[in-house]
Amino acid sequence: MSGGTRLENANPLVFQRSGERLLTATDEDENVADPIDDREIFDLIRSINDPEHPLSLEELNVVEQLRVNVNDQDSTVAVEFTPTIPHCSMATLIGLSIKVKLLRSLPGRFKIDVHITPGTHASEDAVNKQLADKERVAAALENSQLLEVVNQCLSSRAM
Amino acid sequence: RFPRLAIKGSGPIIGKVDGPNPKPRLSLTSSEPQTRGRGVQLLSQVLQQCYGNLQESEVEVLVTFYENRLKDHYVIMPHVLEGLKALTKCLVLPPGSAVSILKSVFQDAHVQSLMLAQRSCVYCILINLMDSREEELKGLGSDFVFGFVQSMDGERDPRNLLLAFQIARKIITQGYEMGKFTEEFFEVTSCYFPIDFTPPPNDPHGITQEELILSLRAVLTGSQRFAEYLLPLIVEKLDSDVQSAKVDSLQTLAACGSLYGHKELSEFLPGLWSSLRREVFQTASEKVETAGLSAVSALVASLSRSVLSSDSEDVLHVFLDLILKDCLHHLAEPDLKLVWPSAKILQAASNASYRASLKVMSAVMPSLLEQYNTQTQVSLLPLSDLELSVHHLTRLVLEEQDAQVSLAVMECCGALAYIYPEAFAMRMVPRLKEAIFSDSNSQQAVRRRCVTALASVSSQPSLVQESVPVLLQILTSAHTGMGSYFVLCHSLQRIAEQAGQDPEVGQIFHDIVIPRLLGLAIQAALQGEDSSGRNSLLKDEAVLSAIVPVLSAVCAQMHIIVFFFFSPFNIFSYPLQLLKYQSYIWSFHPYQAHPDSCYQTRTVCLLMACVCSLPRSVEIPEVDRLLVELEELSFTCLHPFSYTSAAKCFAGLINKRPEGRTIKTLLLRYHPLSTSLTDKLFSLLGDSELASHAADGFYLLMSDSPDVLNRGCHANVRIMYRQRFFAENSAKLVQSFNSAVPGKRKAAYLKALSHMVNNLPKQVQLTELPALLPLLLEALSCPDQGVQLSTLSCLQPVLLDPPAALTTQLDGLVARLLALNSSPSMKVRIASLRCILALSHLPDHLVLPFRAKILQALAVPLDDKKRLVRKEAVLARGEWFLLGNPGR
Repeated sequence: MSGGTRLENANPLVFQRSGERLLTATDEDENVADPIDDREIFDLIRSINDPEHPLSLEELNVVEQLRVNVNDQDSTVAVEFTPTIPHCSMATLIGLSIKVKLLRSLPGRFKIDVHITPGTHASEDAVNKQLADKERVAAALENSQLLEVVNQCLSSRAM
Repeated sequence: RFPRLAIKGSGPIIGKVDGPNPKPRLSLTSSEPQTRGRGVQLLSQVLQQCYGNLQESEVEVLVTFYENRLKDHYVIMPHVLEGLKALTKCLVLPPGSAVSILKSVFQDAHVQSLMLAQRSCVYCILINLMDSREEELKGLGSDFVFGFVQSMDGERDPRNLLLAFQIARKIITQGYEMGKFTEEFFEVTSCYFPIDFTPPPNDPHGITQEELILSLRAVLTGSQRFAEYLLPLIVEKLDSDVQSAKVDSLQTLAACGSLYGHKELSEFLPGLWSSLRREVFQTASEKVETAGLSAVSALVASLSRSVLSSDSEDVLHVFLDLILKDCLHHLAEPDLKLVWPSAKILQAASNASYRASLKVMSAVMPSLLEQYNTQTQVSLLPLSDLELSVHHLTRLVLEEQDAQVSLAVMECCGALAYIYPEAFAMRMVPRLKEAIFSDSNSQQAVRRRCVTALASVSSQPSLVQESVPVLLQILTSAHTGMGSYFVLCHSLQRIAEQAGQDPEVGQIFHDIVIPRLLGLAIQAALQGEDSSGRNSLLKDEAVLSAIVPVLSAVCAQMHIIVFFFFSPFNIFSYPLQLLKYQSYIWSFHPYQAHPDSCYQTRTVCLLMACVCSLPRSVEIPEVDRLLVELEELSFTCLHPFSYTSAAKCFAGLINKRPEGRTIKTLLLRYHPLSTSLTDKLFSLLGDSELASHAADGFYLLMSDSPDVLNRGCHANVRIMYRQRFFAENSAKLVQSFNSAVPGKRKAAYLKALSHMVNNLPKQVQLTELPALLPLLLEALSCPDQGVQLSTLSCLQPVLLDPPAALTTQLDGLVARLLALNSSPSMKVRIASLRCILALSHLPDHLVLPFRAKILQALAVPLDDKKRLVRKEAVLARGEWFLLGNPGR
């Protein structure tokens, strides 16, 4: 975040973080296979840092568990994210961060679809198209400046 | 001129210059600049050695000579300056020389075109003269400052900058006249602000950025006269993108606070405030925030201190009004992000002075109190809501099948029942009871949830009174399955632990729970004898073992001096009476080993649970007789569960005896006999058949056992018994390992070692492990899962701060860790992934070569069937992705 520029949304609503997933007996049972479920995907993306604020995507309500849809058998994941304001210029970057996090964290068999919650952003279609385009995502990650920002969003350090 | 001096003079220095060799004199007058230079160099070196021996007249001549040399060829300049530097250290410098040296230097030496060392020389000349001839220099007026400004303008070397800042600081503190050069003086120093300096690698001079920052800050904040230049500069630099520049600016602003007053500040307050507000509100960095808040405090403190003139307005109030206007309304929106930074700013302001605190408090408190009053009204549930909550929770206990939700429901029940026990006793317990005993839909899962819920709510005596009878009724009920049994015992244990030392709950356990549990166990044991008896679950060893922690928790926590302690031999007779089975007393002999049947002897574990958990102060009657019986049983009985229980019970009792034998008991107390027994165990390690058992013996020695001999059971556990044991035995173990034949026996040593190391406290591990590293790496390839797991958990903390020896073994370590990722045990997979994560924090150059290989290998556990394993794989893979990449 650069000091001189104004933030687009300087005082956003902050939401409570959900706690750690509670352990159940089946989680520790060697013989039971745990399917990859919505909460597991949500746990992967909820702690991604917002590029502008020192807050997580969960705290800004950009991602929510009910907007995550996974089907372990069919190997598909769909994630909708909601920019805090309709003209948020960071939408593509946030989408890219979610996509990269999932690409790094999920088995290769999954088809990953990341898009904007319908009706919540001015240039929704353009952003969705960019995020769906494999080659554009790959090209974006070749750009070391962009990769740096994405990695900062994904790193677990707190500044 | 100089040769004349050399002829006339008779001092020691002249002698030297003139000396046996006439060459220097000739050199000084040589027409060749290089030769003249060498002459001056020699003279200057001599002067550096003996400037203290010169007389005033000699100094005068030398000064004149050197001043003239300044006009000479540039190759001579370095030596001339060295000489002048030596002369300025002379105490006998004639009056007027200081000024004339300075004038010559300023006029003839163009400082910034000189080399590094000569510039340094000039600064030293200035410092020397300022130290000894302050009054004379001040006579120069503002020309001195002007000369200095010209000399340092453009200086880039950090070593010289430290000297220049030192001079600048002296100019300010000693009150040299700046006159019309104030702004120039400020500019020539402030152009370095904020300092951006990274020392070169293997820095030979030891100059840090911090040192430069502090000495520059001392100059910039040293005088009120700079305020009109410094404050706008700070506002400008706060716009910088570089975090260290922001922090430096904010700290400099805070430093101004001690000197500046409202006269300097008032004009700039609105600008400063808007920058400060932006930094604290929008920053992601804690450092910037802290620096910003200190600056706010410093400004408020300075404004609070300033003396007001009769016609000026109180600038403190003006500034606080600005702050309050921007911060106060955020306090009313506690869900929004800016509430915390606003609160911190207000705190910083009110911490600065009484006056500020008064003003901030009177503005903030009414709003805070109002919010407090509106918020607290919802914290107590009205009755109707409470009933509704209990109703919903009950329904969720009965119907919710998702393990996650169910767990949360139990937690919620526990929390609410603690506050509203009556509501739960009246509305939840009866419905759970009904569900448990209704035959129709008595699904095991539902019943288990009901039992768990009963345990969760039983924190208050009134609820325990209701729930315990229900739980005991299930114990005796016909269709209680093995699984429910464990849940049941666990629930009773939980209730006992929740109650702590509550006397009412203690009484319930004493009067009802313990007799019933013991009674049922005895009944089962007796029925086991005659094969016609109903097949009771309580004959099962696992079920008996489940009762042990319940009894243990009760006896350890509740301090009930239990009824049966007229004699421990009566421990079983009381419940027998209670059960109206008096006639059986004569056929029940738990301490007599019987070759065919073990049902009775097994109940010894219950005796152990009771007697071994009692506080040490409780005296156990007839304990000697009991010990003899137990010893006999543990050696003669053929049944493992029985003889283990007897041995444990024996150990537990010995530990508490005032003078006391089994090996662990003694080890816990540092008893000298323990060593000889340990040696026995060592020799068994070499035995081909018993080796593995003996290795497990080390586990027994080092770990905490859950049912006897732990602190919860009031055992006599000396501090650091593990460290002591380790120190005495690890060397022996390593030595035996090295001399052992490869194969099974080596494995047994590794097993023993890993048990021993794993149970040591972490701090001790870290110091001991580097020496044991090669053995531990070998242990990773040992096929025993227990050994793998305990070795991995030893290694993980070591990898966070790895010994140098590790770096040469990285190849092997990585290969072994990756191989363990496909272990059938999830715990081993998790532990190895954690080690792989720890490896990513080693220095980049060591681990980068493994990045591609590890990223590829970690793709497999991302699809592990266990969620907990996937979680670790995601963490590790994420970190390895960042390794060596921008933005890490």
